[in-house]
Amino acid sequence: MSPPPYPLGAPAGGWEGLLRFLRSAGFRFALLFAGIFIGAAALFALVLWYATAGSLDRQTDAAIRTDALGLIERWREAGPGAVTEAIADRLASDVEGTAIYLLLDANGVRLAGNLDRWPPDVSPEAPWSFGAVQREGSRIDARLYALLLGERHSLVVGRDVEEKQALRTLLAEGLAWAAVAASFVALVGAAVLRRAVEQRLRPATLTAQAIAAGDLSRRVPISTRIDEFDRLGESMNDMLERIDRLMDGVRGVSDSIAHDLRTPIARARAKLEEALGGQADAEALRMAMEQGIADLDHITRVFGALLRIAEAEAGARRAAFAPLDLVPLLADVAEFYGAVAESGGQAIAIDVPPRLDVVGDRDLLAQAVGNLVDNALKFTPPGGQVRITARAPARERIDIIVEDSGPGLLPPDRARAGERFFRADASRGTPGSGLGLSLVRAVAYLHGGDLVLEDATPGAALPGLRASIRLGLA
Amino acid sequence: MRILLVEDDAEVARFVRKGLAEAGHNVEHAANGRDGLFLAASESFDILVLDRMLPGGVDGVRLVETLRAQGNRTPVLFLSALSAVDERVKGLKAGGDDYLVKPFAFAELLARVEVLARRPTMDAPATRLKIADLEMDLLARSVTRAGKRIEIQPREFRLLEHLLRHAGQVVTRTMLLEKVWDYHFDPQTNVIDVHVSRLRQKIDKGFDKPLIHTVRNAGYMIRAEA
Repeated sequence: MSPPPYPLGAPAGGWEGLLRFLRSAGFRFALLFAGIFIGAAALFALVLWYATAGSLDRQTDAAIRTDALGLIERWREAGPGAVTEAIADRLASDVEGTAIYLLLDANGVRLAGNLDRWPPDVSPEAPWSFGAVQREGSRIDARLYALLLGERHSLVVGRDVEEKQALRTLLAEGLAWAAVAASFVALVGAAVLRRAVEQRLRPATLTAQAIAAGDLSRRVPISTRIDEFDRLGESMNDMLERIDRLMDGVRGVSDSIAHDLRTPIARARAKLEEALGGQADAEALRMAMEQGIADLDHITRVFGALLRIAEAEAGARRAAFAPLDLVPLLADVAEFYGAVAESGGQAIAIDVPPRLDVVGDRDLLAQAVGNLVDNALKFTPPGGQVRITARAPARERIDIIVEDSGPGLLPPDRARAGERFFRADASRGTPGSGLGLSLVRAVAYLHGGDLVLEDATPGAALPGLRASIRLGLA
Repeated sequence: MRILLVEDDAEVARFVRKGLAEAGHNVEHAANGRDGLFLAASESFDILVLDRMLPGGVDGVRLVETLRAQGNRTPVLFLSALSAVDERVKGLKAGGDDYLVKPFAFAELLARVEVLARRPTMDAPATRLKIADLEMDLLARSVTRAGKRIEIQPREFRLLEHLLRHAGQVVTRTMLLEKVWDYHFDPQTNVIDVHVSRLRQKIDKGFDKPLIHTVRNAGYMIRAEA
């Protein structure tokens, strides 16, 4: 036995409650949602960063490279003097004051530039660097490019990136705040989502719990949205309807057993007891015992019929379903009961197309049609006729019709025919258990059809009964 | 015949043993599946009568499957309270040869046991069946009695053929419905009797010795002597 489920929404304390929460589908959906949301936000920040801060860095580097190339050009054209001049010119025309130059000769003497000394950790071997430098007495952050001019002179070209750094920090801060906000929205969204899923599942869960507790009449309320949850609810309701019908069937069988099997059992028992107690001779005792066995056999047959009906109603007999042709089956039934008809001065006529393919249980179908023919023969006067007709009026639909020329059934009896053990007053005198039509109806249902009873020739003195098994209607 | 009965219900077992012994058979009995399997595998029987639901961890179906896996082809008759069509199919698929649902008439059981144990030999298909002065030609599909041709319907022919193939054995109404018409259902009325009496009209009427006999409380038998 599994432990009883927690009522939804009720607080379940401690670790167990937490574990249950962590394992819930709602929580996992929410987590997934939060993950996707945060991932999207991170991607957005990355693109933003690349387009802004990254772009600024690339601009600076490009400017430095152009500057350096210009100076190398000067060196080649005119040597150290020209470079010194060019640096002086550039520094003079640098309005923003961001340019950084330093040209040293072979002995490390400053020839030109605005740096106080050669910056540490900068060498022509690893030309690009980023760091703090000393410019005219003040420390600034700079991007630097170092190179050798000729054999001995070393040059460093750079830009003051102090402002850009500030911009960068501002941007990073902005993104960080945005990340916090995004995480918050993700978490709140996840919580809302989890709650929404739980809320929408709640009716189904509550219904299932009520059903499990024994209230089979409960159904899942369906909202007007007709979404996935409503479809789930509808499927559950269909399933519950079916279970309910089956339970009714089972109850019907137990009622039938209780009401109608007790009577013949009591009768058999009474007869045997009487024979045992009385002063019967050997022959009378023997008779009583034979009668008792016959009664028991009758009870067994009724019992078997009840079980067959219950099996068919429960749909459990589908195991024997196979494709088959109805025509030879109907011919078999007509031939089988033909002998009975002949001995009663009746006739069986059969009218069928060359072929009728169905998927079904051969034995049950034969028994159903057989029961109808058997009934028809019982109520047809001598000289009368029973007609077996079959046709397929539409695709996937087949009618099997058995008509007799007897007295027919009165409409109120017709409505009750097919109930277990129901027998119309007119038929009390004939042998039978009142289960024949129940079985026919159950077999028809099992094959996705129905049993329809009507007058064969309405208005006639003997209207006759027309019993139609309509397969493929349901 | 040597018959092994595997049945856990003591009363049913006693009843079946007594009946089979009175019919002249030698019956061994095992009260659970394991003993039954041991006996069936170690000794030779003409037929096994098995309950489906057995104590001892080996039920009827398992028992038959095990025997068949060992190449044992002894005919098996299942005797079971499980009546659903699925159960019947399960029993026959496992290797059972016939299936009888409880409660049963002893006559039905005896008839089925005798028919199973003396099945017509398959290797030499007969073309003529004969009893007393009644002859049936399976190739020409004709029936004659005392040299006089008897007109017979196809279904009556099959009915007579089945009776003749089991001449001297009781054939019950249910067995006729199963074997001649190939249907498993309860026709509710005495339809089989009507068919047999029609056949009897043609075969026996006008001849001094009847061949088709009614066996009280059981079924029918075709035999030469009265």
